[in-house]
Amino acid sequence: MAGSVRRKLTPANTRSRRGADESRLTQWILISVAAIFVGLFLVLPLVSMFYEAFRRGPMAYFAALTQENTLDSIRYTLTIALLVVPLNALFGMAAAWALTRFQFRGKALLTTLIDLPFAISPVVVGVMLIALFGYQGWLGPWLREHDLKVVFALPGMVLATVFVTFPFVARELIPMMQSQGTEPEQAALTLGASGWQVFWHVTLPSIKWALLYGLILTTARAMGEFGAVFVVSNRIAGEMPIPLWVDNLNADHRGSDAFAVASLLAFLALGTLMLKAWLESRHQREEAAGMWITAAPVVNSGESETAFTSNTPS
Amino acid sequence: MSIELRNISKRFGDITAVKNISFTVGEGELVGLLGPSGGGKTTVLRMIAGLETPTEGDLFVRGRRMNDVPVQTRNIGFVFQGYALFKTMTVFDNIAFGLKIQKQRPIDITARVEDLVKTLGLEGLERRFPHQLSGGQRQRVAIARALAPKPNVLLLDEPFGAVDAKIRQELREWLVQLHDELNVTTVFVTHDQEEAMEVSNRILIFSRGNLEQLGTPREVYEQPRNEFVARFIGVMNVLEMTVSGGVARLGGLSFPAHGQSEGQTLRIGFRPYAVQVSSSPSEYRHQALLKHTYFLGIMLRLELETPDGLVVRARMSKEDYARLSLQDGMDVSFQIREYRVLAREGENLTPEVSIAHPTVLGEGI
Repeated sequence: MAGSVRRKLTPANTRSRRGADESRLTQWILISVAAIFVGLFLVLPLVSMFYEAFRRGPMAYFAALTQENTLDSIRYTLTIALLVVPLNALFGMAAAWALTRFQFRGKALLTTLIDLPFAISPVVVGVMLIALFGYQGWLGPWLREHDLKVVFALPGMVLATVFVTFPFVARELIPMMQSQGTEPEQAALTLGASGWQVFWHVTLPSIKWALLYGLILTTARAMGEFGAVFVVSNRIAGEMPIPLWVDNLNADHRGSDAFAVASLLAFLALGTLMLKAWLESRHQREEAAGMWITAAPVVNSGESETAFTSNTPS
Repeated sequence: MSIELRNISKRFGDITAVKNISFTVGEGELVGLLGPSGGGKTTVLRMIAGLETPTEGDLFVRGRRMNDVPVQTRNIGFVFQGYALFKTMTVFDNIAFGLKIQKQRPIDITARVEDLVKTLGLEGLERRFPHQLSGGQRQRVAIARALAPKPNVLLLDEPFGAVDAKIRQELREWLVQLHDELNVTTVFVTHDQEEAMEVSNRILIFSRGNLEQLGTPREVYEQPRNEFVARFIGVMNVLEMTVSGGVARLGGLSFPAHGQSEGQTLRIGFRPYAVQVSSSPSEYRHQALLKHTYFLGIMLRLELETPDGLVVRARMSKEDYARLSLQDGMDVSFQIREYRVLAREGENLTPEVSIAHPTVLGEGI
């Protein structure tokens, strides 16, 4: 966004900014350092992986992606994501609602606990699930009695992913709901709306964007999670999601297959990023569209030429 | 009778926000709840709306006991201080919200909304979103939204708090007009005494959770029930005097105090308009220096300082000021035409009214 604003600045405005700017040399050095870092540590590995994945030609790439175990891993990953995302959408909204709308004992503790998955190593998450659901674990005897398998099977992998991705939705929603306050909801109540109607017509539309960001982040992480899922999987080919399958191929010295499947994950990640960027620009355009009508000082929009020129100090 | 509160109290934990309050509001009245912040007036408003539940007492709207009636079914229009518009909806949808919840026919909803849009002067703004409106427009949308379902009572929390001074005056006049037009029972909260005096049929004055006085603007101004009301409504000079030999004295000023015991403290209050000023230093009993003149429009406020260092505020019209050819720095004389004994020593006073320096008088609003 900042870039597009910059381009449209008139010479007078660019000059007025100079005072606070670093000297040209410092600028150049800083930009180069950043560019080199990004190139060396982000772009180069990505490019090399794609190169390796496609080195034997598109037919081999396609074959690697369509072999049965790979298709199974895609099915597993999609299943996990489809189960985890709605669950965490619900949990996240419930947690954000509770933390921003009610006063209760232990609220600070709950707020801290939401961040636990950020702080804790995924391996520990897997081990915790084994301690709880494994045959030697607390619920082990009961599960065995009812012939239920949680760890070393799909339910365990889903649980591990739920745990790891728990904070994403709640973390996006809490600041949003805090800043909006409860008055619009109270207003809806005085107008006769039931609790559910308030949620559906007032709360949900106002948190729409934050919720979407949260869901996208959750999806991305759910598809990419390795550590926690690795611990609770049975590691049998055909019963593991994509990240584990990539690791498995790699360990079997099937390098180019591994690169091909890994590139699939990378595409997913890039797609997610683009989706998020697109949503963000739509969101900002929606807000900017409103802003210039009231002629409020819009400096960060830059989406529409009129918006910008009308607010350029002359 | 539209609204009736009987012995209503509200406690939040250890804090008592409203203490045993009873009052009634008649059908079609426009009543202002006035008081300093923390006085309990907003809590009273929210209890009428059903956004808070009274800890004790009974609340009636149109004869029906409302204590256990949920907010949704009270049929009360509430306008929040920050307007609380639905930012994802257009002006039209904001106003139509209550009607849609009632599942009215779309044709009826459109008719009602168009009617309100016209009444409130919002023509042409129906498709705008709240962030595309000015403060005054937002407020009118909030009022239209509250009025749409034809509420029994309209409640407004600090309706003029969030707009600038110039629009405030217009909005006041406009609210009175709107009320005359629609004749819906209206209760609003304000901390501005001038606003309350100008807009309301009757004023309820709150302080620290107590209802201090209830009356017409004229009644509370001319017959304040206690020192808090006297000082909150308008400007008042207050003197803390000591009785000696049947006369209450402070510096050169004295007031008759027959039957008061020797050495007692007496508080005397008088309005600035009761102070008569002469440009001749000998015409009236008390001498003073005209320290400063404040121009308040047609009226002027004069700050007089007696030789003992007491500051007395007087008020006069521009014409009188010119006729007496007064100017700052002049030696003048004055007399006090009317005064009131505010409270005798040992009687309960509202805590806010204690003055730190007995020699500084006439604390204004």
